[in-house]
Amino acid sequence: MLTLILLLIPLVASFVTLFLKGESAKWFSLVVTCIQLVFTIYVYQIFIGIDMSSDARSLVNINQAWIKSPQINFQIGLDGISMLMVFLTNLLLPLIVLAGFNRTQDRTHIFYSLVLLMQFALIGVFVAFDGILYYLFWELALLPIYFISLNWGGANRGQITLKFFIYTLAGSLLMLFGFIYLYWNTPSHTFNWLDLTQNPICTCKQGMVFWLFFAAYAIKIPIIPFHTWQPDTYQTAPTQGTMLLSGIMLKMGLYSLVRWLLPVVPSGVEEYTYLAMGLCIVGIVYASVIAIMQTDLKKLFAYSSIAHVGLIAAGIFAANLQGIEGGMAQMLAHGINVVGLFYCADIIMNRTGSNNINNLGGIRLLAPRFATYFMIIVLGSVALPLTNGFIGEFLLLYGLFEYNSWAALVGGLTIILGAVYMLRMYQKVMLGNTNENVNTFEDVKWNEEVVLIAIVLLIFAFGLFPKPMLELVEPASNQIVKLSTIK
Amino acid sequence: MNTLIYTACLGLFGLVAEIFNLRKYLIPILVIGLAVIFSLNLQTWNHPATHFNGMLSDTNFSTAFSGLALFIMLIILIMAGEFYSSSDDEKHISDYMAILLFTLCGALMMFSYSNMAMLFLGIETLSISLYVMAGSRRFEVKSNEAGFKYFLMGSFASAFLLFGIALIFGVTGTFSIDGIGSYMQHHADKLDPLFIVGMLLMIFAMLFKVSAAPFHFWSPDVYEGAPTLITALMSTLVKIAAFAAFYKLLSTCFVFAMGKAEIILTISCAATLLIGNLVALVQDNFKRLLAYSGISHAGYMLLAIISLQGSTDSALFLYSVGYAVASLAAFAIAITVFKATETESISGFNGLAKKNPFLAACLTMAMLSLAGIPPFAGFFGKYFIFSEAIRNGYQDLALLGIVSSIIGVFYYMKVIVAMYNKPANEFTITASFTYQLVIALCLVLSIALGIYPGIFTKLL
Repeated sequence: MLTLILLLIPLVASFVTLFLKGESAKWFSLVVTCIQLVFTIYVYQIFIGIDMSSDARSLVNINQAWIKSPQINFQIGLDGISMLMVFLTNLLLPLIVLAGFNRTQDRTHIFYSLVLLMQFALIGVFVAFDGILYYLFWELALLPIYFISLNWGGANRGQITLKFFIYTLAGSLLMLFGFIYLYWNTPSHTFNWLDLTQNPICTCKQGMVFWLFFAAYAIKIPIIPFHTWQPDTYQTAPTQGTMLLSGIMLKMGLYSLVRWLLPVVPSGVEEYTYLAMGLCIVGIVYASVIAIMQTDLKKLFAYSSIAHVGLIAAGIFAANLQGIEGGMAQMLAHGINVVGLFYCADIIMNRTGSNNINNLGGIRLLAPRFATYFMIIVLGSVALPLTNGFIGEFLLLYGLFEYNSWAALVGGLTIILGAVYMLRMYQKVMLGNTNENVNTFEDVKWNEEVVLIAIVLLIFAFGLFPKPMLELVEPASNQIVKLSTIK
Repeated sequence: MNTLIYTACLGLFGLVAEIFNLRKYLIPILVIGLAVIFSLNLQTWNHPATHFNGMLSDTNFSTAFSGLALFIMLIILIMAGEFYSSSDDEKHISDYMAILLFTLCGALMMFSYSNMAMLFLGIETLSISLYVMAGSRRFEVKSNEAGFKYFLMGSFASAFLLFGIALIFGVTGTFSIDGIGSYMQHHADKLDPLFIVGMLLMIFAMLFKVSAAPFHFWSPDVYEGAPTLITALMSTLVKIAAFAAFYKLLSTCFVFAMGKAEIILTISCAATLLIGNLVALVQDNFKRLLAYSGISHAGYMLLAIISLQGSTDSALFLYSVGYAVASLAAFAIAITVFKATETESISGFNGLAKKNPFLAACLTMAMLSLAGIPPFAGFFGKYFIFSEAIRNGYQDLALLGIVSSIIGVFYYMKVIVAMYNKPANEFTITASFTYQLVIALCLVLSIALGIYPGIFTKLL
């Protein structure tokens, strides 16, 4: 029941928001997302109270037949991994809503209605335990973000968002094909997650399903060379859309690797991991190098994001406990950090009208508080110890090392290269002398400050006390590792 | 059977309504009449029966499709009131309405035939009414062209059909589809070549009627030239009727010879999917775009027909319903927009989101449903068809279907991008209350089916 309520709150709120006018829509969404966050914490409290030793999925609480033939169930639930992702979603949503407070949009109510619908779909992806139900939420998540980018985006948005839409839809349709293929080729004819993992289809057919699923996830994550939609979309989408995309939506792909790829087609993964991981690792270096060359803030963050998620995906493909746990930890950390980074970029863009790092400089002198927050977020994203980025990257590299030491070595470049482009960017934008572009830079406003402080606190909180988070995902990660080892 | 008789009577009433000076009240009367017939039709559910010495038979298949056809005609009639409001059209309103109802009669025969003669009669009744309606704008060159082209090509296909029926009768000695089916069953190993020729001729004729490639060339021209309301009728009712008849023909008569016909159907299906979707990409005229999109939808429905060993009738029905409601909503919006902007090109939709957000949102939903994106009915339609195809071993065709639906998204999105992202033109666009009602009804149905398709999946 709790999971269902988690799903229903944003859905109902999304409908209600449609009928509100202007400012009240903003306030209403803020209140709803805060309530949702409080409720998530309440669910979390209940969740950790359950004894996890016996069954990692003791909170699958709704399983209703939905369509008779082919059998599709409305099956939702929570395990440690889902809980973490739901937590991330509901944690970031109030911040994303709050981030839009000091700007005026036309048709505010529709905008926030779409944001809440997005929240509904994202939570659905993370809690669905039936293949087709999961697929439906996966597709549904695409619609609101598409319309957010199309209606409130920047220059050239028609073309760029269309590319984004077609690209992602192409991936998901291939995944749909994979699911139907799985259904008819498993002895039990099922979309149920646990059944699929316990009775995998014949080894000879797993390779094909692997690539069908991989296509969808590689596009969503994105893994090079399927990333070409991403930098343009991030740049053209309105900031809150970029935050949704980079903070949560690409986690759908990573989460799906853990949930739907590793345990469902273990032999396929075994057979092709070296290729998939190779793509991820090449992507890390490639994206980092491109990020070093970027002069546009938003694009720089977009490429840095590709590098980071490449490492997460590589760690997950290592398919050991450290890799998966590290992947989960890093998803949470990356979600928080990247939202912070894009928000800072947006604040700079709003004040100076420019996102080009060569035109900026000396902001620190004019806005010391902003500079401090920005610095901490940058440090978090280069994985300095004591920040949240460190735990995840450490575990990921550890997991990679167990799989293959060379992979870990090349993957580790992401930290060094990340430090290079991030600190260089910070230096150019924030330090040095001011110029005419930044002369009127004001320090942060109240809502900006709330968002930034919250992000900074989260960075430290998960950096200093990672234990509860790791304890949350450990049983579920263990289960995934067990299911994805070939019997 | 009663459904057919009542509909024919209603059509005759339409013809004579002129005499009683009922022109003003004609459409409301017919709408009420159709609604009554719709509810009477439901009573034949689970009451299979044969009539007229095995000429017609009521089955759940025919009841379900008849219900859908009646619903479509109901919507078309509701829209007709405003569509035919000019003074010239007003004079002919009772003729038009009668012909529309006779089209419906043809469709009803095509659902419930159990004799080849009735199949032919049904197809001809439907087609001849449509030839007239396609050319009903007498003073427009394009309408004349559409009617004439449709007539020439259509009668050619009818001749094929009739020749095929004759050959099959020559071999089997019966017109009854069950008789032919049992003949097939007993002679499946060594079929008379004449029988195969007859079967192929019939299949070609049916492929023409459903506008599958390579017999699709008539449809874009006819769709473009015909009055928009008639285009709506052709792309929904006529296509669905042809597919239902086709399905029934193959599943009862030719099911044991599918091995011989499969290669032809497979090629046609693949070509239809690709041609429909690829050519639609470059269309500027909205009606032509919908025509090509209709061709591609014929490809998906053919996929259901090819994999009919899995008894895909409910998949076909669900697909038809999803396709019909989305198309009707799209056409209702198109009629409104065409009327205001006096153009049929996609640019007429530019900036519609700013001028009329309701219509823009509705057209968006219709397009998404046609593109097969959840949570709309179009998604589950496609899903079940792909599912049955993969189950029966047609993975390659299903994969092609998936690739072509990705291509399809491009042109559906083109309309959406035009509405949301292009500068508005100067026309003001408002939809009348009836049209808004029709659009909303269709889309609510589409979403309801998208959320709960279960009611139709195990229906047949």
